[in-house]
Amino acid sequence: MTAALALERVTCTFISRENRDQRYTAVRDATLVVAPGEFVSVVGPTGCGKTTLLNVAAGLLAPSAGSVRVHGELLEGINARAGYLFQSEALMPWRSAFDNIVAGLEFRGVPADVASAKGNDWLKRVGLAGFGNRFPHQLSGGMRKRVSLAQTLILDPKILLMDEPFSALDVQTRQLMENELLELWSADRKSVVFITHDLEEAISLSDRVVVLSAGPETHPIGEYAIDLPRPRDVSEIRLSPRFIEIHAEIWHAMKDEVLKGYAQQQQ
Amino acid sequence: MLRVWQALVLVAVIALWHIGTSPTLLPPLYFDNADKAAFFFGEPLTVLSRIWNWFAGGEIYRHLWVTLVETLLAFVMGTVSGLLIGIWLALAPTASAISDPYIKALNAMPRLILAPIFFVWFGLGIASKVAIGVSLVFFIVFFNVYQGVREVSPVVLANARMLGATHRQLLRYVYLPSAMSWVFASLHNSVGLAFVGAVVGEYLGSSEGVGYLIHQAEGVFDINSVFAGIVVLTGFALVLDWCVTLAEKRLMIWQPRQGETERI
Repeated sequence: MTAALALERVTCTFISRENRDQRYTAVRDATLVVAPGEFVSVVGPTGCGKTTLLNVAAGLLAPSAGSVRVHGELLEGINARAGYLFQSEALMPWRSAFDNIVAGLEFRGVPADVASAKGNDWLKRVGLAGFGNRFPHQLSGGMRKRVSLAQTLILDPKILLMDEPFSALDVQTRQLMENELLELWSADRKSVVFITHDLEEAISLSDRVVVLSAGPETHPIGEYAIDLPRPRDVSEIRLSPRFIEIHAEIWHAMKDEVLKGYAQQQQ
Repeated sequence: MLRVWQALVLVAVIALWHIGTSPTLLPPLYFDNADKAAFFFGEPLTVLSRIWNWFAGGEIYRHLWVTLVETLLAFVMGTVSGLLIGIWLALAPTASAISDPYIKALNAMPRLILAPIFFVWFGLGIASKVAIGVSLVFFIVFFNVYQGVREVSPVVLANARMLGATHRQLLRYVYLPSAMSWVFASLHNSVGLAFVGAVVGEYLGSSEGVGYLIHQAEGVFDINSVFAGIVVLTGFALVLDWCVTLAEKRLMIWQPRQGETERI
């Protein structure tokens, strides 16, 4: 079976604008393969280039070397089969929640009545019925994330790229959102690449966890299959003995990289 | 209560003005002639009656209308051209780099000095006043839009692209609304400057408009009419400003406002 998403030996080197000799290689020779319907989490120390990797997968950033294949086809430009959930605020502040959710349909030229029916359906599915005409600044952080989620999922992307989407939320809201995400995902198994720095979050959500080395020149240094049973409840599964075992194993591998990354940030 | 205090300030100022300039109430303290104070500073009651006569006699409406038309034309033309060129230059780095020093120079130039040129080009009618107003409004809007487009959140932009927006759609659904919020931030300023352009243009050379009225009165040392013209212009400017506030409230509801809690 062809992979839903395959990053093959991707290298990303940034050149400083002021001084063209100054280079920074964020990612080197990174290979990441995601099977159809697979939920993969990518963890790594802060500042290691996780977002760079995701931007390459989204087609927002062209890699310096290497290639990206989407369902076997070489990616050029924006990855139209992927939805991207950003870490920071990505909603258009001048559009209401509803108008934000249907924005993608509007861009694609979907007739207004179809779009509005779908929009209302998604508003309900993310638990925001009755909040459609609120503007982003009138919603709480958790509600804004739900709008973002609906905005992305309404286009039914085959691949979902998520960049620490819940990192700005408080712990309780976060676990609620994680459970909701698992529920939405299990309905029609999309391929997911979930970036996070939170190992617990990664394990409780995914089928597989990929650990990245500290930057610069980040690359995957380990892969761990998560054999916890589904459906899962993220707050309960964290207490199971198998979870703790897996956590200990991955953390053991990650610890050195985290310390390295931390040391670099201190400089 | 606040309104009462505000009204009291106005009454006090007018009363002081009246007492200071009335030839009979005070002995001449500074001027050797009792009528001189009135000559230089006018008399509030005469000013009021002058205004009353203007409105009651209908003489003022033609002038107000001309000033209004000039202001609105200058405002609309300046805003639209500033918006279009601002967006274009913000999205075209090469053109922006080439024109940068010239735009800075044009902006630094005291543009009212272009009035004589505009008079030669456009004559003494409405067109030259509109041109002065446009030259003032354009730069305000232009710089705001330029800034607004460049400061569109890169995440919002990336998100719109991921949602499938084409270049044109980005322009229409992301850059334009973002720039509009900056235009609205400068709206009070630009309406004010359009008004300045119109009135100063009229003052410098015209045959109608409130600025012309003031110029005529000044020519015959009719200081009361000059003051009356100033009061009418101020009232007019306040009305324009109020209209802008209304439009702003209507169109900018998506912008966060500082929350206020009610004290119970």
